[in-house]
Amino acid sequence: MKKLLLTTAICVAMPLAAMAADKPEALKIGMTTFLTGPASVFGVPARDAMDIFVKNLNAEGGINGVPVEVTYIDEGAGAEALTSEYRRVAETEGAEVMLASISSGNCQTLAPLAEDLKVPNLMWDCGTQRIFEEGSYDYVFRPQGNATSEMLAAVAYLLKTHPDFKTIAVVNQDYAWGRDSWDIFRTALEVMKPDVKVVGEFFPKFGAPDFSTEISRLQALRPDVVLSTSWGGDLDTFVQQAFQRGLMNNSTFVLPLAESSLERLGSSLPAGHVVGARGDHYFLHPERRDDADFQSFMKQYKEATGDIPVYSVFHASQAFAALKTAYEKAIADNGVDWPDEDQLLAALKGLEFQGLGRSLHMREDNQGVESQLMGTSAQAGEYPFATLENIMIFDGEGLLPPVGETSIDWIKGLDASFVDGLTVKTYEN
Amino acid sequence: MDLTIFLLALFDGISYAALVFIVALGLTLIFGVMRILNVAHGSLYAIGAYATVSLTGFVLSLGLAPVLSFPLMLISAVLVGVLLGGPIEWLLLRRIYDKPEVLQLLVTFAVFMILEDVQRLVWGTQPYFQASALQALGNVTLFGVTYTVYQLILLSVVAMGLLFGLRFFLRHTVIGKLILATTEDREAAQSIGIDADRVFLFTFIVGAVLAGLGGALASPTTSILPGMGADMIVLSFAVVATAGLGQIEGAAVAALLIGLGRSFAIYVWPEVAVLVPYLIMVLVLLVRPQGLFGTSVARKI
Repeated sequence: MKKLLLTTAICVAMPLAAMAADKPEALKIGMTTFLTGPASVFGVPARDAMDIFVKNLNAEGGINGVPVEVTYIDEGAGAEALTSEYRRVAETEGAEVMLASISSGNCQTLAPLAEDLKVPNLMWDCGTQRIFEEGSYDYVFRPQGNATSEMLAAVAYLLKTHPDFKTIAVVNQDYAWGRDSWDIFRTALEVMKPDVKVVGEFFPKFGAPDFSTEISRLQALRPDVVLSTSWGGDLDTFVQQAFQRGLMNNSTFVLPLAESSLERLGSSLPAGHVVGARGDHYFLHPERRDDADFQSFMKQYKEATGDIPVYSVFHASQAFAALKTAYEKAIADNGVDWPDEDQLLAALKGLEFQGLGRSLHMREDNQGVESQLMGTSAQAGEYPFATLENIMIFDGEGLLPPVGETSIDWIKGLDASFVDGLTVKTYEN
Repeated sequence: MDLTIFLLALFDGISYAALVFIVALGLTLIFGVMRILNVAHGSLYAIGAYATVSLTGFVLSLGLAPVLSFPLMLISAVLVGVLLGGPIEWLLLRRIYDKPEVLQLLVTFAVFMILEDVQRLVWGTQPYFQASALQALGNVTLFGVTYTVYQLILLSVVAMGLLFGLRFFLRHTVIGKLILATTEDREAAQSIGIDADRVFLFTFIVGAVLAGLGGALASPTTSILPGMGADMIVLSFAVVATAGLGQIEGAAVAALLIGLGRSFAIYVWPEVAVLVPYLIMVLVLLVRPQGLFGTSVARKI
């Protein structure tokens, strides 16, 4: 009798067990990030942060009881190694979602590959605006803004805070980002403030160790504004050398990526220069710094790395939030234990999610709408490095071209009234 | 182009050339004496920079004066030469002097790759910056343009000092003459009782110290980060090849040519500034394949 009961129980349980098997033992994801090379100044902090997000989520029981496992792929190993690793993790290791990548070049290679492999891909950090303007994707989503919104925010902040400048020079790294970001910036300036004269355009090679000659040239030219969208060691060297030689007393620097160098630059970034963060990313985010989740992450990150988090950490938080929110939404919408791929993709469409910054949403072309934070450097004395004051957070909506339009064409049709039409909140610090 | 701009470009070119020359000097010395193109020279340069930054950071954290960073540069350079240069020659290169050049190149390249990873293990991937030495010397203003005394004057003085010092050392001291004799004909030198092994070891250490010194001197002016060694070895090789391999005075002239070419390009036509060192090298090598000052050598069979 006992045996019969047991057998019956097993038979009853069988179909249930079969259904529950749909739920994987772990949600495997792959993430490409720079672990080597100059861009590891972004890649390593993002990986460290990802480890914290995953640990915290798994400690809470994962997504619907399924823990998350991340495999990291090094973008520094070169495009060929990257694509074959990406393929391996997505196909052989069975990653359900991929997060790629930091480099815009890599995003342009991997987006079509994700489409081919039919694996949902979140473009978590790359800046190029071209991906969704030149193609349309079913499997690729971007849980962050793009170069257009970042550069327009820098132009808008500059015009709001320094409305009277007459001359500008640019010193950007000689590769796609340095050239493309200047294209957007210059095009926007031409329509919004046509009287500004470009007095110098310098594109020193990527990774240049010395900007002395450029700085001498800039001192002779005396531009009101010096723009540089450089990052990492290049930006550090340029700012340090400019600071040492007094160039920063004569010209206002506009540095849209300097948030990621604040701590390393220390006292070498004097007060009064424009700093951007590729989104609303700042370890003292005025709207978020009092929130419990924000504070507890800052504490965990400081303990794990000893540093303050830079924008790539915020981008990783947004991608992770998008992933988690999409799974939860798909599970709730469909009343299932675990969503299939179509259900997940449907949930990602138009998804609203929130990482460490403001909440974001995906547009119909899968481009994320991300707010942009800009500020002015200040040496307030509270930290041994510059912090920001006169912070403006721009709504992302007004900074992107309408779906289906390309950025440069759209910007060419704008005029001086654009800046006044933006929704912006201002904070003292 | 007016006179001011011309002079500004001249100053920039000279200070840039000074630094490149110091690194190229070690490379060309080693090649001149040992006939080995030491690719690992780039790593020794980077490690010299890292070591200076770490030592200076440590000394400053003890509250000592920033002026101390100058002797620390020298100490770092000597440490690099003795602790890395010595073992590289003694354990590796010594075994391959009579092997084909391709193999020698591959071995030093392998050492370069290993040392690149060692840097990453020890110092991580985040950039370092330690400019206290540069700040200690202050600025000078010429024609309304501010230069650092360190880059404009100190680097040029050190480069000149090294050039004439090395010339004097090779021609007027006993050890220098031993080195020249070994360079001329290793077998003949050995037959008259010169310990060629020791001469080679010594030369390699001196070359490595020069690489380390280049890194140490560069460290206050730039971000120290992985990959800086690769850039420097390419550039200093361009200098050495333009001059003719093994030509010490030639390296000074070639470094000046390349430095000035680059800085004038930034003033006149910034788009080609990156290309200039290599354009000069190609042009020189097309006309004189042995380099500006190189002499064609009859092959020994």
